[in-house]
Amino acid sequence: MALLEVKDLKVRVEEREILHGLTLTVNEGEVHAIMGPNGSGKSTLSHVIAGKPGYEVTDGQILFRGEDLLEMEPNERAAKGVFLAFQYPVEIPGVATMNFLRTALNAQRKARGEDEYSTPDFLKKVREVSKSLNIPQDMLKRGVNVGFSGGEKKRNEVLQMALFEPSLCILDEMDSGLDIDALRIAADGVNALRSPKRAMVVITHYQRLLNYIVPDVVHVMSKGRVVKSGGKELALELEACGYGQFEDAA
Amino acid sequence: MKQVLPKADPERASGNVFAAARGRLPGAGLVPQIRASAFEVYERTGLPHRGMEDWKYTDLRALIGEVLPLAPRPDAEALVRAKVSAEQVSADQAVKLVLVDGIFVPELSDLGRLENELVVRSLREVLENSAPGDMAGLVLSTTTDSIISLNAALATDGLVITVADGNAVKRPIQIVHVATGASVSTFTRSYLQLGKGAHAAIVESFVSAERASGYQANDAIIALVGNEASLSYIRVAAAASDAVNISSAIIAVGARAKLDLFSMTCSGSISRYQGFISLAGEGTKVSANGVNLIRGELHADTTMVVDHAVPHCTSREKFRAVIDDRGRSVFQGRIVVRPAARKTDATLTTRALLLSDQAEADSKPELEILADDVTCGHGATSGALDNSLVFYLRARGLPEKDAKSLLIKAFLGESIEEITSENLRDFVTAQAEHWLQAGR
Repeated sequence: MALLEVKDLKVRVEEREILHGLTLTVNEGEVHAIMGPNGSGKSTLSHVIAGKPGYEVTDGQILFRGEDLLEMEPNERAAKGVFLAFQYPVEIPGVATMNFLRTALNAQRKARGEDEYSTPDFLKKVREVSKSLNIPQDMLKRGVNVGFSGGEKKRNEVLQMALFEPSLCILDEMDSGLDIDALRIAADGVNALRSPKRAMVVITHYQRLLNYIVPDVVHVMSKGRVVKSGGKELALELEACGYGQFEDAA
Repeated sequence: MKQVLPKADPERASGNVFAAARGRLPGAGLVPQIRASAFEVYERTGLPHRGMEDWKYTDLRALIGEVLPLAPRPDAEALVRAKVSAEQVSADQAVKLVLVDGIFVPELSDLGRLENELVVRSLREVLENSAPGDMAGLVLSTTTDSIISLNAALATDGLVITVADGNAVKRPIQIVHVATGASVSTFTRSYLQLGKGAHAAIVESFVSAERASGYQANDAIIALVGNEASLSYIRVAAAASDAVNISSAIIAVGARAKLDLFSMTCSGSISRYQGFISLAGEGTKVSANGVNLIRGELHADTTMVVDHAVPHCTSREKFRAVIDDRGRSVFQGRIVVRPAARKTDATLTTRALLLSDQAEADSKPELEILADDVTCGHGATSGALDNSLVFYLRARGLPEKDAKSLLIKAFLGESIEEITSENLRDFVTAQAEHWLQAGR
């Protein structure tokens, strides 16, 4: 069974249809890149998979290990193993990062009927992961993302990915707002999480990110549909020729 | 305009409340005279109404209409109910002093645990033994506020606490007001005096016992904080949901002293907390904060007047309100900087979180600056929970209610974290969490 199956998905925001029948299949262990020009519906797809309110699904299906994802609350999707790394992670003043991480992790474990993490185990794990991502301990005492740089916010997303151990990671424009060094640290963190049991969907406008996170499959989106799929070389072709050819095709 | 209340039910008109209560009000020497003149002050305006600027959002004449008859002395059965409620609100390590229906009850209090660093007497005892020239006049002092005058006229009991120069009281003193009656009123008044360099923490809790309903509680506390002294004062009001609570605090702070005040109102049909803080000595720091937690159709008003009379003082105020359903929260904050008060540094922020479309927040910050070379500022905002934050938390696994609770707690934390004592901060946080849980 595929990990994620998006079938003929049609999505409206207010009165406008953004996705016009999108189909996508992602298996365990695969890394898929979704590329496309601005406004092609890439972020909408990621939001609908995560369950963000404000989108109306008018047709189609999203199955996660065969279960209907669209019937689940966002928190239920998270507990099932769906993780969206936000393009713009929000700042939450007054909620210490450490407290947030523990609350979220334990909420997911509780939803799955698992025991809560013990404090020493939790701390050990956070320390390990944050060290590998170059996240200083004092950052974890601050409010979630409060005063974090763009790179720190993205690393915090990767930190959560490593802690929550999701089976599907959707990275929404992870490279936006990052310089090369910050991008490399974040990408290394993501690569360390690649595993035969975990799939990733990397949404990006530019090929650059895919030099660091090398995909198995590349999809080109245009005007709310996948218009072409291929191997990693498709990304290079796009970089050379641009999206123009696909906009006509759509 | 001498008599302003409707006379339809003469038994209940306020003039008769005083006349009916007179025989039961403690006081020797000049006390009866002080009470009578305080009542005259009250009668000039009667219950405050919207025509009075300080009461424009909380029109007591319209909201409560009348002053209910004085509560009877609690009987044995009432004391049993009161004991249960008093125990539920115990602050960690605090020494409890319990007032039931306006009467101090030594049997329910921890008198045996009082430290030697302070002297505690009941107001009744102080007034009964009053002689000309003693402190009775000070204890029963009034302002132009009619509700405080009414309190002076009718106060049945309270606590008179003095901490001598240099003494530090280690454990918090918790004054617990328990209401057990229905459709009655209580009038309590406490007096607190901290000598030079003295330290103390006072917690004042208002609760209702089982079956208490529709009562009116009117409390006043007068505090004198000496030079170099430090006072933490925490008030938590959780009246019955159909009851009225009106509390006034009049606090004068000496030089190089510290006042850390926090007020939380989390229940009661109509609540008014009014604080009048006067910075009377140089180099003093005041931190006055609070939260209103309102749901249903409740109305909570917090009004603070911070009066800078002398130079080189600092005041900080942070008020937060969380309002659900058709609740209404009022915050009025006035900062007065008198002509002599150069180098005053005073700020005030008030923020309201509206959890429903019908929730209402009224905010009225006022700066009255009569001196040069001062730093003063205020800010007021109100709005709903940020949906993008709620979604972020849900996407990380938190159910919607938990996500919202976490954000509300963080919002309240902005004010609660100003409480310097960790114990008392935890006490207030626990009460706020209790309120959040109750709404789920």
